[in-house]
Amino acid sequence: MVSEIRDERVRSVSRLSRLLSRPELGAAAGTVLVFVFFAITAGSSGLFSAKGIINFLEVSAQLGILAAPVALLMIAGEFDLSVGSMIGFAGILIAIPAVFWGWPIWLSLLFTFAVCGGIGALNGLAVVRTGLPSFIVTLGSLFMLRGLTLGLTRGISGRTQVSGVHELALHDPLNSLFSGQVFSGLIAGLADIGLIGKRADGLPSISGIPVSNVWWIVLTLACTWLLTRSRFGNWIFAAGGEANAARNLGVPVARTKITLFVMTALAAALFAAIQVLVTGSADTLRGTQKEFEAIIAVVIGGTLLTGGYGSAIGAMFGALIFGVVQMGIFYTGIDTDWFKLFMGAMMVIAVLFNSYVRNRAMRSR
Amino acid sequence: MAEPYVELKSVSKYFGSVVALKDVSFDVCPGEVHCLLGDNGAGKSTLIKTLSGVYTPDEGEIRVQGKPTRFASPADTRNSGIATVYQDLALVPLMSVARNFFLGREPMRKFGPISQFDADFANRTAYDEMSAMGIQLRDPEQPVGTLSGGERQCLAIARAVYFGAKVLILDEPTSALGVHQASVVLKLIVQSKARGIGVIFISHNVHHAYVVGDRFTLLKRGRSTGTYAKGEITRDQLLNLMAGGKELVDLEQELAKSARNGTAQG
Repeated sequence: MVSEIRDERVRSVSRLSRLLSRPELGAAAGTVLVFVFFAITAGSSGLFSAKGIINFLEVSAQLGILAAPVALLMIAGEFDLSVGSMIGFAGILIAIPAVFWGWPIWLSLLFTFAVCGGIGALNGLAVVRTGLPSFIVTLGSLFMLRGLTLGLTRGISGRTQVSGVHELALHDPLNSLFSGQVFSGLIAGLADIGLIGKRADGLPSISGIPVSNVWWIVLTLACTWLLTRSRFGNWIFAAGGEANAARNLGVPVARTKITLFVMTALAAALFAAIQVLVTGSADTLRGTQKEFEAIIAVVIGGTLLTGGYGSAIGAMFGALIFGVVQMGIFYTGIDTDWFKLFMGAMMVIAVLFNSYVRNRAMRSR
Repeated sequence: MAEPYVELKSVSKYFGSVVALKDVSFDVCPGEVHCLLGDNGAGKSTLIKTLSGVYTPDEGEIRVQGKPTRFASPADTRNSGIATVYQDLALVPLMSVARNFFLGREPMRKFGPISQFDADFANRTAYDEMSAMGIQLRDPEQPVGTLSGGERQCLAIARAVYFGAKVLILDEPTSALGVHQASVVLKLIVQSKARGIGVIFISHNVHHAYVVGDRFTLLKRGRSTGTYAKGEITRDQLLNLMAGGKELVDLEQELAKSARNGTAQG
């Protein structure tokens, strides 16, 4: 029998100390800081009115839809730089068949998701098969997809924009999935009891919450569940943490990574579907730099650039910070030119903070 | 003597013109520690890889429980109860002990239509299996990176045993460790033996091997120089048999002589 003598180095770990080594901690703290900062500097400007909140949530939700699967991919140790171009490409894939070939919107949506998922699988296969860094492989796809988008669009339509999707989508069964609003009744009720302001014509200042927010929350929760509660999540951490060890234990590392590349591509297609159906048009330049914004949100969210550690909830906070800062700078009246300086600096600080938290997690117990 | 669980009979392995193993026989019985000793380049790695199914022998045969067997792959070998614990231990430092324990073989629990990772079961089992090997974890959710070298070995060994290993092949488990941690690993080997597992302990450290070994096989330039039971050979004889053992004894005498000369002069 083994004696039940406990190690003298055992000490009970408090909940607080455990909390302090979570990857989301920095992003959650950063979110509070950013909210406090803008509450002081822009409190009276309407940033935190119902209208202002909807505005920054719109920015955050769209970025957050990308950031959740990008976080999983980065935890698995890979990058996908092609998501930005994929957004532009997917937008065109939705608009051109609908406008020029008379396809119903639902069909062109299904077509787009299928094609984008396929391209994501190709990205993944190329990375896994060649063993090249995904940074390089997807940098190639970034340029190829953007070129393909421009070439196809100009070849078919003669222009770089395709508009007129609104009218076609009006009665489409899938339209409200991407461009509708939810909780309109609740908003009206809140306006009636005076919690939300009303416009001069007596209608509430906002008519509902954009459905993109629902996608954002659902995707974040789904990715969090996948990461922490599913078998696949274990494989994601292992693929990014120590791929060789994972392979020796029978983890299908290649399949895990390819699946994640498909997921980021599908998220880009979802982003495009929302954008095209909300604005009613597609543009070949849509999604430019979104790949970097998603990486910034993920990194602010506590995910390590080297893989093996991170969280999808953190990425949600990262996207929220991104939206608040972008709209906050606009509302405070600071020249929006400064926005990128701010976000860039924030990311560098986040990276420093993350490596501190990671070291703490590796030491603290 | 008990029947060997796994047995190599006159195995040879060639890589082109290089003779990596020539006519080597080796076996291990349940509840026995069989040490495989040899200097670098003696053929230890080739022998391990042949035993674990990475290489197929060019001549000779492998028997598992007396039956001639051909391993198709390392996974095939694992399924027949032979687990290899390599030096890198196949652990992911940033993941928790429990998640590492079950990596690739996650226990699932059904909640209606969805099944999810059974964290409670994983934590409990990892903790219990490691304390059965004599290591008390502070917390099964602590990252493997926070474990000491001996604790990591324990995790890798406990995992292999839990998943049905009858024979453990330990590749230089003490070589990268300090004195205290090495003794932790030697205790693990004794624990495994007590549980009826056959251990193949690969080392070039005779002192570590002699403490726990029941039998010793020496490899020299791809050939076996013989297998000795513990009663048949002393530690010094074993040291002398190993390549470098004789050189060390010579060096010792030479140094002693020059030291004597030094004091005589001074």
